[in-house]
Amino acid sequence: MQAQVQRRTFKSGMPPVVDDDDYHCSDAMWGSLAGFGSLVKGVPSFVIPSVPDPAAFLRLHTDDHADPSCKIKIQHGTTTLAFRFQGGVIVAVDSRATAGSYIASGTVKKIIEINPYLLGTMAGGAADCQYWETYLGVHCRLHELRNRERISVSAASKYLSNLVYSYKGMGLSMGTMICGWDKTGPALFYVDSDGTRLKGNIFSVGSGSTFAYGVLDQEYRWDLPDEEAQELARRSIYAAGHRDAFSGNTCNLYQVKEDGWQFIGNYDITKLHYDWAWGGSW
Amino acid sequence: MVGKDCVAIASDLRLGTQALGISSNFQRVPVSHFSRVCPSLTICQVFPITDRLYVGLPGLGTDVTTLYERFRYRVNMYTIKEEREIHPETFTHMVSSTLYEHRFGPYFIEPVVAGLSKLPTGGLKPFIAAMDLIGCINFAKDFVVAGTASSKLYGVAEGLWEPDLEPEDLFETISQTLLNAVDRDAFSGWGAVVHVITKDRVISRTLKARMD
Repeated sequence: MQAQVQRRTFKSGMPPVVDDDDYHCSDAMWGSLAGFGSLVKGVPSFVIPSVPDPAAFLRLHTDDHADPSCKIKIQHGTTTLAFRFQGGVIVAVDSRATAGSYIASGTVKKIIEINPYLLGTMAGGAADCQYWETYLGVHCRLHELRNRERISVSAASKYLSNLVYSYKGMGLSMGTMICGWDKTGPALFYVDSDGTRLKGNIFSVGSGSTFAYGVLDQEYRWDLPDEEAQELARRSIYAAGHRDAFSGNTCNLYQVKEDGWQFIGNYDITKLHYDWAWGGSW
Repeated sequence: MVGKDCVAIASDLRLGTQALGISSNFQRVPVSHFSRVCPSLTICQVFPITDRLYVGLPGLGTDVTTLYERFRYRVNMYTIKEEREIHPETFTHMVSSTLYEHRFGPYFIEPVVAGLSKLPTGGLKPFIAAMDLIGCINFAKDFVVAGTASSKLYGVAEGLWEPDLEPEDLFETISQTLLNAVDRDAFSGWGAVVHVITKDRVISRTLKARMD
């Protein structure tokens, strides 16, 4: 561990909960805590840069809205959508990851399988979404063990929103939809890193969301048959992938039904374009 | 890109404002936010037999139009005064000085020139050059790149290009270079066009590219 970085609890003013020796010899180091070694002492603890204002320090070096020339570029730009309908919840996302103008990957899994009944979507910081939604999975399982009952989508999303709210101002960046099926039927919540938590029927998040909404709002009905609902989701992600520079490559499609989520398929957006022959000029 | 007794110039077809793609069906009309290849029209119109000089103008859409019209005017004047066709080298210097005239408030364009220049012996020699937005000329023997995907283009071109490619092989090389580079750049794509200039004809092809 470098000298200028010290470990301490997240809540300011507390002494370090995990010292270096302790950490390096603990089970966490060997991965037996499923990567959640930072939680060994019960409270999440992260390495914080030892500067007066860690959040401002991080923002200075990573936020490309404030400073497009900053050296560290965090993954941005996405199109994700989910909607509730007669047949459950449809969840569809693109698969492009960009760092600046560079397409870092075209095969990102932006739908996170929290457990067999819960899906989370990923927009904003990839690491933030991946980590906290997996963490949410851990707590959903603990809820099941404690209460002998699956957690409701509402409770799960509220757990996540309360959690990210406690980090407000620290630079977390996530816009996510928590989708699932519980006692109340199909459920869909939007949660973001500002602490917003909204219940709704249709959501789209990310830089391509306006394009997706355009198609989605036009064709959406509650009583859409499964096939048509899936086609609508594909069509909406295609529209965003086509028009938005920061979205594209492929579309991942899931449907949540009473017995849990189902992976429907992965579709190449360029292939969809040529199959439908829309926008083509030849 | 330089080949054996031929040159090739290629460009994507996307016109967009930042993340929003606007158009993908411009071919020769030199209007684009990011990149466009258009023939140095004078040569097509005045001397269609010797269509051997192309210029690519990647950059701000409005400046692409303005500069293209400006070059057309200046090449026409040159042709009338000199009563001969402009050489690629001469044209490159003309482009360069036009850009430097705006040293303190530049056009946002990084031109690429490709053509076959006449040797005193009567033969033809491949010629390519690129410029920055205030006219610094880069005469290259192998390939030149410009635009938002330039760093990606360098990577692929360094790997694929080899000397003395025949026209069809050069077409393949430049096409693969462009398509693969553009697929790693968020601001480029939406179709592509390639021109291979040989001593007796120009092969122009539109490529089927990723549309996202």
